[in-house]
Amino acid sequence: MTTTKLSSDQTSSGSQTATALVEIRDLKKSYYRDSQEIPVIEGVTLTINRGEFLAMMGPSGSGKSTLLNIIAGLDSTEHGSVIVAGENVTAMSARELATWRGRHIGFVFQFYNLLPVLTAYQNIELPLLLTDLSKKERKEHVRTALDVVSLSDRAEHFPRQLSGGQQQRVGIARAIVSDPTIILADEPTGDLDAKSAEEILDLLTRLNEEFQKTIIMVTHDAKAAERAHAVMHLDKGVLSR
Amino acid sequence: MKFARLVWANIFRNKRRTFLTTASVAVAMFLFASLRSIITTLEASAELGSEARLITRNAIGITFPLPEAYTSRLESTRGIRSVSWANWFGGVYQDPQDFFAQFAVQGESYFAMYPEIHVPDDQLDAFLRERTAAIVGAGLMERFGWSLDQTVTLQGTIFPGDWEFTIRGVYTPENPSFSDQAMYFRYDYLFERTNRQVTPGWFVLQLEDPTAAADISTTIDALFENSTAPTATETERAFQAGFVTMWGNVAGLVRAIGTAVFFAILLVAANTMMMAARERINEVAVMKTLGFQNRTLATLVLAEATIITGVGGLIGLFLAKGFINPANPVNVMLPGFNLTTGTFVAGVGISIALGLVSGAVPAWQSARLSVVQALRRVA
Repeated sequence: MTTTKLSSDQTSSGSQTATALVEIRDLKKSYYRDSQEIPVIEGVTLTINRGEFLAMMGPSGSGKSTLLNIIAGLDSTEHGSVIVAGENVTAMSARELATWRGRHIGFVFQFYNLLPVLTAYQNIELPLLLTDLSKKERKEHVRTALDVVSLSDRAEHFPRQLSGGQQQRVGIARAIVSDPTIILADEPTGDLDAKSAEEILDLLTRLNEEFQKTIIMVTHDAKAAERAHAVMHLDKGVLSR
Repeated sequence: MKFARLVWANIFRNKRRTFLTTASVAVAMFLFASLRSIITTLEASAELGSEARLITRNAIGITFPLPEAYTSRLESTRGIRSVSWANWFGGVYQDPQDFFAQFAVQGESYFAMYPEIHVPDDQLDAFLRERTAAIVGAGLMERFGWSLDQTVTLQGTIFPGDWEFTIRGVYTPENPSFSDQAMYFRYDYLFERTNRQVTPGWFVLQLEDPTAAADISTTIDALFENSTAPTATETERAFQAGFVTMWGNVAGLVRAIGTAVFFAILLVAANTMMMAARERINEVAVMKTLGFQNRTLATLVLAEATIITGVGGLIGLFLAKGFINPANPVNVMLPGFNLTTGTFVAGVGISIALGLVSGAVPAWQSARLSVVQALRRVA
């Protein structure tokens, strides 16, 4: 079932439903090299419903990661708006965005980006340090996340003691530990061998199907994109189905 | 507290670098504490002399003596309760490098004028009964392993020959800044051994009223103005301060060295923190992505820098405290050489300031880091 509505350089054709989680309206973004303007996103309009698993594909430099960063409130826009769970991300201050991200966004990176000085347990616990949870509650959350990614026996391992696939599973556990509204994955299998990539995709699929997590995944891999409910293509800043 | 583990983990991320930075701060703080202790000890010794006693010396210089005949004229000066005198002896005991001060003093009057030099009554009586008797500081006794009633031989430098003294008393000073490394013997022994050629090196005058010190000093100097040995009179405290003034440039030099050391270590610590922060650009970006506020990240960097410099500073200060003790040979030259509470507190304050200043730039950089650019750099 595909519930994603999209358009590029035009207004969304579909009506909004009560389940819309992410609403992107006429988004434009350019980078500047000296005085030269380099458009990255050109009027993207997109609605993503709650519980959806969306894959975004496109060549390098097409603006996929930029769009993901804007949804996460990590990058700014020049035009348009991004509304996630009813909150206008593009209108928030840096401070508000940081708090909002901690509550609503789980981010999975291509290169895992675990802190090397912390154990798997401590890496997963990081987002919870920003909450009011007690140490005991944090422990329960981390244990649950470790169970979900099947790494309970590696809790005290440092990233260097884990394989790439295991590190990415820790990264996913970190992304879900605070029970975020949406999971953003930027090429989560891009640095993994085929077997590990398959495991990660299985895990993301399970998170979507079993835990009803909304996932937006940027990928180059067509096979990975097949796992999603919908696949969007971004090319030269223009989004298409 | 929940971030403590994160700070701790970052401190030990590069153990060698942390150790070297901590050690460099420790060495710097050890130097700071030691050098500042020299200054505070010098300042304390300038405060040591009494305002109730005057010192009258030859106006030409302290090495030029005064006629003994001045005694009676000084005694008859209004406002002076008692008069005593002393001479610098300058003898050597065994090794010239084992220096200690020796004074020939007018026995009866001198010790009566210095209640801050504690000598047991029976020992003082023994001293006054025997011409070759000496009273020695407790520290000096311990230093050379001397005992009461022992005879020691000094080789005269100003007054040539071997000089034998019998230790009949041991004094203990009331104030630690007053040296316990000196030896006092009787002026009449020096007088007789030099065929009555020696005269007082300086006079010590006990005042009836300390507030009259300035007027009496003027009166005395006017009294001998046209004599063959004009005098210069001042309070004992001013006389002591004069000696300290001779150290004036040393104190300035010590301050300059201390300041240079501080800034050198500041640069070392700042460089270390910058390097550490640069290594962690990606991690800071990740933490921002997870929702960490700029303020929290800056605080973590500052806490890390302050812990490193704080621990280094405390190590240096405790090393200095262990080094600066009564057994330290520096006490021979600088009686009362000790690390004051003020110096310790200043050291702790500087250590913390060092951490805050050295961590300020990386903290600011962490706060203003663009997540997108930082993550793109890694990718």
